Amino acid sequence: MTEKAILFDATKCMGCRGCQVACKEWNDLKGVKTANRGTIENPPDLSADTWLKMKFIETGDAQDMRWLFGRRSCMHCTESACVNVCPTKALYHHELGFVAYDQAKCSGCGYCVDACPFDIPRTSGSLVGIKHATKCILCHDRITSGNIPACVKSCPSGALKFGDRSEMLAEGKARINDIQSKYPYATLYGENELGGLHVMYVLQDSPSVYHLPENPKVPVSITVWKDIVHPIGWTLAGLAVLGLGFNYVIARRKIQVKKEGH
Amino acid sequence: MTNHWIDIKNADCMMIIGSNAAENHPISFKWVTKAMQERGAKLIVVDPHQNRTSAKADIYARLRSGTDITFIGGMINYVLEDMRKYPENYNTEYVSQYTNAAYIVKAQVLPGDNNGLFSGWNADTKKYDKTAWDYNGGTAPSAESKLLTTNWGGWFSRASDDPDTAWGELNANCVLRLLHEHYKRYDLVTVSNITGVPQEKLIEVYQEYAKTGAKNKAGTIMYAMGATQHTYGSQNIRGYSILQSLLGNMGIAGGGINALRGTSNVQGSTDMALLSNYIPGYIGVPNDSDTELGTKNSSGVWTRDSGYLKRITPVAIVKPSGIAGSSANWKQHFPKYVVSMLKAWWRDVDPAVSFHYMPKIKASGQNYTHIGLIESIGSGTIKGLMVWGQNPAAGGPTSLGARNALGKLEWMVCADIWKNETAEFWMRPGVTPADINTEVILLPAAASYEKEGSITNSGRMAQWRYAASNPPGEAKPDLEILDEVIKAVKALYQADSSSVFPDPIVNLTWEYSSPVTADEVAQEINGKALAAFSSSGRAYAAGELIDNFTHLQADGKSSCGNWIFSNQYSKASSAELDNFTELLTEVAGVMAINRLRKRGTTDSSAVGLYSNWAWTWPLNRRIIYNRASIDLNGNSWDPNRTILTWDAANKKWLGDVVDGYGSYGPINLETNTTDSTTGATTIKKILPFIMNSDGMSHLWGGSTMNDGPLPEHYEPWETPFSANPIGHGTLNDPTAYRIGGGGFTINDVDQNPKGTVDQYPYVGTTYRCTEHWQTGIMTRNLPWLNELQPNMYVEIGEDLAAEIGIQAGDRVEVSSARGSLHAIAVVTKRFAAMQVNGRTLHHVGVLIHWGYSGLSTGDSGNILTPSVGDANTTIPEFKTFLCNVRKA
Repeated sequence: MTEKAILFDATKCMGCRGCQVACKEWNDLKGVKTANRGTIENPPDLSADTWLKMKFIETGDAQDMRWLFGRRSCMHCTESACVNVCPTKALYHHELGFVAYDQAKCSGCGYCVDACPFDIPRTSGSLVGIKHATKCILCHDRITSGNIPACVKSCPSGALKFGDRSEMLAEGKARINDIQSKYPYATLYGENELGGLHVMYVLQDSPSVYHLPENPKVPVSITVWKDIVHPIGWTLAGLAVLGLGFNYVIARRKIQVKKEGH
Repeated sequence: MTNHWIDIKNADCMMIIGSNAAENHPISFKWVTKAMQERGAKLIVVDPHQNRTSAKADIYARLRSGTDITFIGGMINYVLEDMRKYPENYNTEYVSQYTNAAYIVKAQVLPGDNNGLFSGWNADTKKYDKTAWDYNGGTAPSAESKLLTTNWGGWFSRASDDPDTAWGELNANCVLRLLHEHYKRYDLVTVSNITGVPQEKLIEVYQEYAKTGAKNKAGTIMYAMGATQHTYGSQNIRGYSILQSLLGNMGIAGGGINALRGTSNVQGSTDMALLSNYIPGYIGVPNDSDTELGTKNSSGVWTRDSGYLKRITPVAIVKPSGIAGSSANWKQHFPKYVVSMLKAWWRDVDPAVSFHYMPKIKASGQNYTHIGLIESIGSGTIKGLMVWGQNPAAGGPTSLGARNALGKLEWMVCADIWKNETAEFWMRPGVTPADINTEVILLPAAASYEKEGSITNSGRMAQWRYAASNPPGEAKPDLEILDEVIKAVKALYQADSSSVFPDPIVNLTWEYSSPVTADEVAQEINGKALAAFSSSGRAYAAGELIDNFTHLQADGKSSCGNWIFSNQYSKASSAELDNFTELLTEVAGVMAINRLRKRGTTDSSAVGLYSNWAWTWPLNRRIIYNRASIDLNGNSWDPNRTILTWDAANKKWLGDVVDGYGSYGPINLETNTTDSTTGATTIKKILPFIMNSDGMSHLWGGSTMNDGPLPEHYEPWETPFSANPIGHGTLNDPTAYRIGGGGFTINDVDQNPKGTVDQYPYVGTTYRCTEHWQTGIMTRNLPWLNELQPNMYVEIGEDLAAEIGIQAGDRVEVSSARGSLHAIAVVTKRFAAMQVNGRTLHHVGVLIHWGYSGLSTGDSGNILTPSVGDANTTIPEFKTFLCNVRKA
């Protein structure tokens, strides 16, 4: 089947965050109790209840400032660290190209959380144990029934589009061509990164300004895990016990590490 | 909006001034973005506050709050000089033939030579004699012929390049010269000094926007409450009108002056006269000087020969020699609309009598707008109040005073979907409920998704909405609540023969089904034939829906709830019979259609008119004043932006619904005719601005405004400056409401004191964010939205924060002379210090969404705002006041 993708055009986004709310509405995610911490960006981080979060970035000085709007959610990589690392195949590549997720298979190990080069998946859980991982599933139910993702549906300005990846790619390239004279560092992000992303960004500046990795990689350790340890591992029952141990350690770590200081 | 939402895509340049469209009208950015991407259109944003709109701008100008007139005055000055030097770059034919540029007015003294005042000032009454601003010759003015030549003769063949000499060639009292005389004071140095916008930025904006003066360019101005909420807010908009008229941007696709209305259906509510100065359809309200309706002639037709109808129905101004068109003076039809409205309200009563059923305001001395009402509640004059989808305890100015005022009421009925600050004012923090004697009744109302009816958007488009679900519990649609209240009141009056003046209520025509449906009200608003009659060849049977307002009668044979909506629900056309079969309803034997239900998605125009989608008042006209889009011969100024084409063979217009008398073609192709027996002239050479009695767009405002024929810079009520920096002795708009203070006293305590710059050194300005709506009643009860914007906050520039030791996230106290509030400080680059008139000035941005009711609570921004109002509308000065900030 033809691969699908979202194209996010940051030059057209005006930060209304309709997408952020639409995501919660469609996916039955609850509103998080937050506090204004001196910024109008909220909630503070992605979480089990927040799969999409818009970023507000003020750059330059006050007399010549630019206010940029970035987007944080699953990038649906082709070379996906999370799929590679997932021991139960709960995370997998859908034939439409995106990284799908079968929650019933998720052991809650949290490896995907540590593996993701974009720091996207989160685990829902408590101190006594992790239940399962969470991330954007590209409105799997919507797009496999002929609809578009909820975030795209809600976008008033046309900053979000959804369609065949080849078309989104062509549109992204054309857009970069149009805006390069206005924004010399304009970048199309996602064409080749990690074998090609299924969420691509038209950025009006370089990726680092949007807090995106310039050259995202699947960590070497994960390649080793998948290609060497993983095939052997499941023949050894003992590893399961070890896995539970990891699980606990990772859960502790996730709770302690304060994410996203910026 | 003179235009409509989709039409924004046709603009070459969009100037958003006094609006945060991206945040408060996000869907508008679909079209703004389209214009930018597909046409390479430029976006200019002018605002004190960098927001999500300015984030998208090509040019952003940081303007001191309350100085729009100066900013725009400077642009008018720039355009006038540029136009004099390069008339070929502008549409001088439009300016000459469609604006009053060439008209001669009475001899004037302008504020620059008169200590800041216009002609006609009466120091005793503190009002203007507005007739001082009329045309010389009254209804038969003359015009400066030099301005009626092609390209103004290359400004008279470059007789002189010295501006003073060149302008001196025009009649001293011609509008264009007065305009220049007035605005030449608004030079770059002066404008920059007052507005705080650097000169280079002014030039950048002026040059870019002035490009839209070319015949093949269109510029639109989008504004909202940032423009209107000043003591001279109406004059801000007048400034935009003058600019747009000079640039030939009115009446064309991609142009216009586009008011982005502040709440959903506020357009519809003003159309239906939820304003104290109008009856439905923008007709002046009766006042206590009106002793009779008018004159009924021998044929039983009401005329404007006397009384109220004479006062509200203007006489046409005869065109001066050299102007090709003539005034259609559409308001001459007001008697038909008034009589038909009286027949809709009291069908079985002679209009001579039912006219006196209408409440009449005092012609002077009493203000009936929001501020005036709250004052009258506070003084004990008003004893009962119905509050419907309103929240004066948080949404009006001076919240603390307003809350005190509510405690003077004997009773109050609130209809809302949630409890709000007004419904709960008696149990607000800091008061003892036992001390408040007001009886408060809360009626649970249905939410918008739970009721059927129409809603009119900013583009004047009325669209039908269907109920998606039933209201919870005992909640009812507003229409049903109103129906029950009226029926109960009627029954009380009918039962009590001793009641005072029961006639207006007892005789009220109120014959809806039970429960009442919005559909039957829509028919009533459209209008019906009450008896058989014939109009322009159309024979009506009694009970038939009126085709449109051109068929309304002044003899009582027709009824119509609101003339501007006439045609929303009437006899289906043959195309509608074919294409909208599911929407047809038989009324009095005729197949009729509720056009608000139409959802046709085809568009045969090149400019996105989408005329089969819902319906737009008047007469489904998508762009008003559209005769200004064509030249005298009927050719579109810009062939790529055609909205009207004259089909000479069939004597009809193609494209949009033309303004005024559709069977009359372009000005040069028609001849006015005079009836040989009656001597009555039929105007066929229609000037585009049909709602003005001269048919012209007004560079010179004449007597339409209370505070002057041209906008002049005045300071806000609370200003950092003790003298007007434009250099005259009139600091404030002298006719603004309560500009001298006072008037809002409860138990001998002034609720609206004025602050001074030594105590309150910063400029406060209130606004909204995209995540919440108005006082938050519809949004602060939704966890998803509270997650995004959880707390009351204020925005402070990094420089001010550093100066007073505030960090992002600190709790701060913001105070004005009216009160103080606590909020979280958002420290941002989006506000910055400005250099204004020798002073470093900081703005403080105050959100208005919070209050003590609901899920997310916080202090109301309007605790700080003053109860002073615009000279023409009394809209409060929410946007500019003095405040102080300290760490709490």
